[in-house]
This record gives sequence, structure tokens and C-alpha cells, in this order.
Amino acid sequence: MTPLTINRKPVEVLAEPDTPLLWVLRGELQLTGTKFGCGMALCGACTVHIDGEPTRSCVTPISAVGLREVTTIEGLSGPQVAMLKAAWTDVDVVQCGYCQSGQLMAAAALLRQNPKPTDADIDAAMAGNICRCGTYPRIRAAIHQAAAMAAA
Amino acid sequence: MVTRRTVLLGSAGLAGALGALMVGWTAMPPRPRLVTSDPLPTGPGQSALNGWVKIGADNTVGIVMCKAEMGQGIYTGLAMVLAEELDADWAQVRVEQAPIDKIYQNVAGIVESLPFHPDDHGTLKAIAERITGKAMREFGLMLTGTSSSMRDLWLPMRQAGASARAMLVAAASQEWGVKARECRVEAGRVLHPSGRSASFGELAAAAASQPLPDAVVLKDPKTFKLIGKPRKRLEAASKMDGSARFGIDVLQPGMQYASVEMCPTLGGRVASFDATDAQKLPGVRKVLALPPLYGSTGGVAVIADTPYHAMRAVKAVRVEWDDGVAANLSSDEIYQRLAQSLDTDEGFHFYKHGDVDAALKSAVKTVKAEYRAPYLAHTTMEPMNCTVQFKEGRATVWAATQVPDMARRSVAKVLGLAVEQVDVQTQLLGGGFGRRCEVDVIAQAAAIARESGGAPVQVIWSREQDTTHDFYRPACVSRFQAGLDASGQLLGWLNTSAGQAIMPQVIERMLGLRAAVPDRTTSEGAFDQPYEWPSARIGHEAVELPVPVGFWRSVGHSHHAFFKESFLDEVAHAAGRDPVAFRAALLARRPRHLKVLQRAAELSGWGQPLPAAADGTQRARGVALHQSFGSIVAQVAEVSVSPDKRIRVHRVTCVIDCGLAINPNLVRQQMESGIVYGLSAALNDEVRIEKGQVQQTNFHDNPVLRFDECPVIDTEVIASDENPEGVGEPGTPPVAPAVANALFTLTGQRLRRLPLKLA
Repeated sequence: MTPLTINRKPVEVLAEPDTPLLWVLRGELQLTGTKFGCGMALCGACTVHIDGEPTRSCVTPISAVGLREVTTIEGLSGPQVAMLKAAWTDVDVVQCGYCQSGQLMAAAALLRQNPKPTDADIDAAMAGNICRCGTYPRIRAAIHQAAAMAAA
Repeated sequence: MVTRRTVLLGSAGLAGALGALMVGWTAMPPRPRLVTSDPLPTGPGQSALNGWVKIGADNTVGIVMCKAEMGQGIYTGLAMVLAEELDADWAQVRVEQAPIDKIYQNVAGIVESLPFHPDDHGTLKAIAERITGKAMREFGLMLTGTSSSMRDLWLPMRQAGASARAMLVAAASQEWGVKARECRVEAGRVLHPSGRSASFGELAAAAASQPLPDAVVLKDPKTFKLIGKPRKRLEAASKMDGSARFGIDVLQPGMQYASVEMCPTLGGRVASFDATDAQKLPGVRKVLALPPLYGSTGGVAVIADTPYHAMRAVKAVRVEWDDGVAANLSSDEIYQRLAQSLDTDEGFHFYKHGDVDAALKSAVKTVKAEYRAPYLAHTTMEPMNCTVQFKEGRATVWAATQVPDMARRSVAKVLGLAVEQVDVQTQLLGGGFGRRCEVDVIAQAAAIARESGGAPVQVIWSREQDTTHDFYRPACVSRFQAGLDASGQLLGWLNTSAGQAIMPQVIERMLGLRAAVPDRTTSEGAFDQPYEWPSARIGHEAVELPVPVGFWRSVGHSHHAFFKESFLDEVAHAAGRDPVAFRAALLARRPRHLKVLQRAAELSGWGQPLPAAADGTQRARGVALHQSFGSIVAQVAEVSVSPDKRIRVHRVTCVIDCGLAINPNLVRQQMESGIVYGLSAALNDEVRIEKGQVQQTNFHDNPVLRFDECPVIDTEVIASDENPEGVGEPGTPPVAPAVANALFTLTGQRLRRLPLKLA
């Protein structure tokens, strides 16, 4: 059994230590909001926070997580996240939605580290998260809007 | 050479079309699309008023949705259409998955796929459309594709809403002893001037026992309250908190997982395999060989306790492959064969007008060029997957699919069941783009579930399998000749192209039939465009090759728009004319197209100087206009080139006339989506084949467009009262030529191959 802290709750999982966190979240823990996209940390669909750092769960074995705090889309919360989601809704970001968990995880981490990001900051922070529906322009608008709401 | 007439009458299952029986059947009214054959299943307190809407005692309005949601916003758009005529309270509207039934079969999408020119108003076209429309109601397919959902259901779902509304009013008037015409309906309540009123929920049960109204009067579009408004997407919240359920998110008790590895050579199969090592790995339950199914390449599958166990173990299976007929095929050889086929034949003529040969002979100046486009993978963000449980002579299928009834047929066939013994639960699609019109992975899942002892099995393809075993956008080579007179007027337009035809492959893998049909998709975007060329001949030579090809967002338009709009730009420059003015001259009698083109020019500042990019490099604009799926789109791209020859697209101005825009915000969203998808193919994407094997595998060597490459996109939706047209695909075709045309202005290099690479 491997102990983990997922969305502020301690859990024990049966999976072997080399199992990527992604498959433990989606299988044993039934937290399917974190998505499988590439298995090689190339697309960002599987992004979670580990101690607040955006991390690709598809290449992170549970043995490397230890007791650090894992946050998934299901547990992503707080006033800044509420503003981010409000902006996401207001500018109608989502389309198919498959990549959106990862996009929101990446955007939330960006705003926490940089409350007033420039376009270049957003490019740098979001370039690892692929969207095939082309939500990029609206994600950019939503991040700026959330930053403005927080500053107001 | 087969003519269009004989082929058409001999195809599409119309062999006996001239018989008296057929004539009689054709004259009979088509099957109505209001009520399902079997009563709709209802939840507690729910009453079905017809095949499209159920009302709950709790006032919820359940819109029965037969189309798949893959990001295009159809759940919201179609719900708005029905709720409008029902006068429902939008806050009470929900979407429920439709069962499989004939009323949900796609009529418009198939009728509009017939190979006729839009200007053809002949009897043959009218008869073919009527027969096809009737046949699709009887033998058709539930298909979400060809950007047809709104065109297909715009009237049926309005009629269903109006019919349900009339039944609610009838129930109220009966209960109150008043005349139905004295009642009105507002926001989910029936009201009477006496002050009486009742909610939909209170009336639902009584309304369901009312007879279906004989005829209903649809609203005057001027009175629309929902249609035309930028309503929010219904399922958006669930996609922001992880609760949305895609195909891959299905969780069933006792579920096992499977991973597959197919023969690296397209179309190959397993000669033999050794599972000794794989069987020793933890979590492994079974290793099996998979035959080619519904167009898939043969392979091996491992059933295991978790996806990780399955994915690890499938790599440990030792397989001897039988590579099959594609073993020596390469992209370069394919391009050569396509080009060579055009040396001797113009293929099937989809459009002929005037005497092109004479026009080209008399021309003072002729322009010639050859273009080409590569195979492309769809690369949906949700990799191919499917869950099947086969137990006690019945199968349940959980799939993210664009074709649920084809999914049902394929599972029934693989498992030897009747279709009634198979239940399909359509999930949200993490992208479709045409890839999920195929049932290869669904049939595989059925074959695998047969070996799991009754446990549900979820098959998940790795990204590598998804990329190397797609049904690719066909590679295509296209040749042009145009002639100009001394004043720069266009005299003639000759365009022949060669590539693989999709429809014969689809018909063969889905139905097991070999059919020689003129496939509209091979030439759409080339022959069916609005330009009034004084003379033109447009043909396509279909070349058979063992590469699986399929429907890739905008299909034939995806490459023909690039060819046609780039070459038209070449001709404009050769004539010494402005590219917008040159196009406008060919659209003099097309007011809708002209307006879209001129509005895009205006909004983009066409003709005005462009400031340099932030890094000091020069920018230039390029324009393209294209019609697809009923909609007219013009785009102007602003580009610059960095010193290392990287192409940078800064801004795309997009104008669309899609008829009445049901939800203008979702239309804008689809334009952005189509542009980003098309730009990815214009700048980056290419599938190359060597020795029959796809060379691209994952996002590192299949570099789809990323955030930092994405331009600003400004979209204007033209206000219109015309019937609504498609929006899921029409944003894609114009962007590649708009960028290529801008690059020509900027650098003088005419790029005739995709993806665009500067010398």
C-alpha cells in the first residue's frame, strides 16, 4: 500500500509503486477528471498540482509523490479558482472539454505565481497544454479577465 | 469513362430505381420524424410528448438528443431550437441521449453529399435528392457529421417543440374547460386570460395522453426569444470540474482494461505471437490476437486489471507480423503515382462549363501549377477507446461515437448477436473531427470483451496507436491551368486532381460491399464553388491505395480550398489584379459571397499599410474565400516571417454567412476552432508513410498547433434570415490559403505544398 494525499484527504492505494499517478487517480480513486492524452508529458491533459506545482501525472510514478499534496480538477478550489472559472464561463472557453481540466490546472498555477500575467507569460505557462478545439484565444482572454477581477 | 448519369442511377442502392415499384414508393410521402417506433424510455415522473422531448413532473424539459456532442455545441444549439417552439423555461432544459431509432437517422447530411453542383437545378438532381432523402429515413444512419446536425434537425425539432406545446395547451384547456386558442405559453407555463395557469410539469402526464396534433404552425422568426441569442453552452460547467463523462471515463463494477498493439504496417495482421513474457507480468489476464475489423489493422490485445498493466504487458508480447500489401509503400511513391495518374487521365468530371480547351488556346497568358497535400491524422485529444460488456447473450457498449447505430451493428456482427441485443450508450466525445465516424475500436472492444468472461472491458489506445492507425485525410495532388486575355480577364479554368476516394473504402469496411460511386468528397471544394468561371472543367482521378482514409474535418474542402484559393491568387497576381478585386469580379452575381468577401476585406484593413510586428519584421495579408457545408467563409490572415524562417500568423479576420445563426457565440467559437485546426495543418501537421508504416507517433513528431503559435482571431457573423447552415467545419478550409497567399505577398515565394515551409 502506498499512502498519498489527494485533494486534502489521506488515501492508501494498492497500485505498484511504479504506477503513474494518472492511472491511480482515474482507476482506483475514480477521479476521472484528470485525462490521459499522450503518456509522455507532451500534451498537458493529465496536469495535476503537487504541492501547488503543475505536474504531468502520466509520467509521475506514485513512488515519487510521497506525502506531498496532490490536487486534481475535482479538488481545485479557492477564491482565485472561483474567479478563474467565472471568467472561463463568461468568455465561453470550453468546447469538447477534454483538455480543459489540464488547462484550468495550468492557468490556476500561473495566476497563483503571477497574479497579473502578460501575454508572453501566458504563452510560456500554457504552451505545454494542447487543445485541438482551438480554445487558446479564449483561454488567454479568460486568464486576463480573472487577473483583472482579482485586482479589482 | 462513366458518365455521372449512369453512375448515379446505378449507385446508392438505386439499381431498381426505374421500376414501377420504385416510382410508387418515391411518390409516397416520406416517413415522418416525430414519434419513435418504440415508446421512449422515461424516468420517474417523466412523460414523453414525442420522440424529441420529455417533460418531468419537476418541470424539467428533457430534450432527446440524437447527435453527439464533440465540442461543436450541438447539445445547446438543438436544445435552443426545440425549446424556442415549446416556449420552455431555458433554465429547466436538460439534454438526454436518444435511443437508436429511424427518426434520428441523418437525412440532410447524406442528401447534400450527392455529387451535384449547387447551381444544378435539374430534374435528375431533384429526383436523386428525393429518393435519397426517403431512403435515408428508412435505411440510413444516425450520423453526427458533415456539419449537418442543424440543417438536418432545424425543422424536425422545431415541429417537435411546437407539437409538444400544442399538447400541453390541449391538456390545460381540457382541464380548465376553455378554448385552446385562448391560452398562451410563456417560460414553461400555460396561461389563460382568466388568471388560471399551470406549469409544464403539472400538465405533462395529461399532455402525453393527448392525440398528436395533425398540423402545427411554427413561429414567425421575428418572434424568436432564444434562437439567435448567445446562450451559454449547457454542459460547460461539467467540463470545468471534472464531472463530464467522456468515453474514456466510463467506470463499471468489475471493469477490466485492454491495450492493443497493431501491426506497424497499415493493413497488416498477426502471423503468430508469443505471450509467454507478457503473461508473467502482474495484472495480466489474457492475451489475444485481433483480426482486422471494420478497417482496422490486425493486432494483439492484452486484458489486464488496470490500463497501466495492460499497456506495459502489450509491449511484452512478441509478434510476427504479416505486413500485407502496403509493405513497400512510401509517401514519395504515393505522390508520384498520384501525379502520374494525371498525366493520362482527368478522372471523373464533376463539373464542366463552356469550352475550356478553346479558352486556354485563345488565352494571351496561361498560368499552370501543381499543388499537393499530405495525409493527416485527426489527433483527437481523447485517444480512441471503447467499453463493452458481453454477458448472457447481450452486449452493452459505452462509446464516444459519431455513429451509434453503426457501432451497434458492428458489435452485433462481431459477437453474433441481433442488433436488438446490443445497447449503445453514447458518451461525450473528447474531439471527433470525423475520426469517430469509424467503428474500428468499437469492433475491437467487442472482440476483446468476448474473452473477458462477462466482465466489462475498456479498451484504450495509446497515443502512438491512435496516431499510427488512423483513417487519414487522403493525400492529394492537384493540377491547374488558367487562361487570361489581354486585359487580364479570366477565360478558362482547368483543374484535375488525384487522390484516394473515401466513400468506397467506407462502404467496403462498414458494409462489406465494393461500390464504384462518384465520391463527392474527392472533389468537393474544387467543383462546387461559387466563382463564375467563363469556362471550366474540374475532374478527379480516384487512385486505389492500401492506406486507410477517412473524414477529416471539412474532408475534401480541407485540401481543395488550399489548392483553389492559392491558385486563384496566382492567377490574380498574373493578371496584375488585387486578389480581393479579382475574386469579387468572379462573384458579381453572388451577393451573399460578395458581402462576406468585402466585409472581411474591410474588417482586416485590406489595402491599408500594416505596421511591422513587435519584433520588427514585416507583415503582410492574404485572403481566401470558400463555401462548404452551406456556409460562406472569408478569412484574411496577417503573417510575418522570423529571421529563422519561422512563419508567424498574428491575426485572422473571419467573416461567415451561415444563414440564421442559432447561437452566434457558438458560431464564433466554431470559427476559432476550425481556424486553429486548419492552421495546425497549414503550418505543422503531416503524416508520412515509409514502408507502409506511419512515421509520426506522438505530439513530439506530430507537432499540432500550440498556445504560443495561436493568432488573434476576430470573427463576424453576418446577420441573415436564410435557413441555418453548417458551422463545425467551414472555418477550417480557408485558413491555409489565406496564410499561403500572405506569405507570397511577403516573400514572393509561392508555396504549393502543405505544410507550408519557406525555402
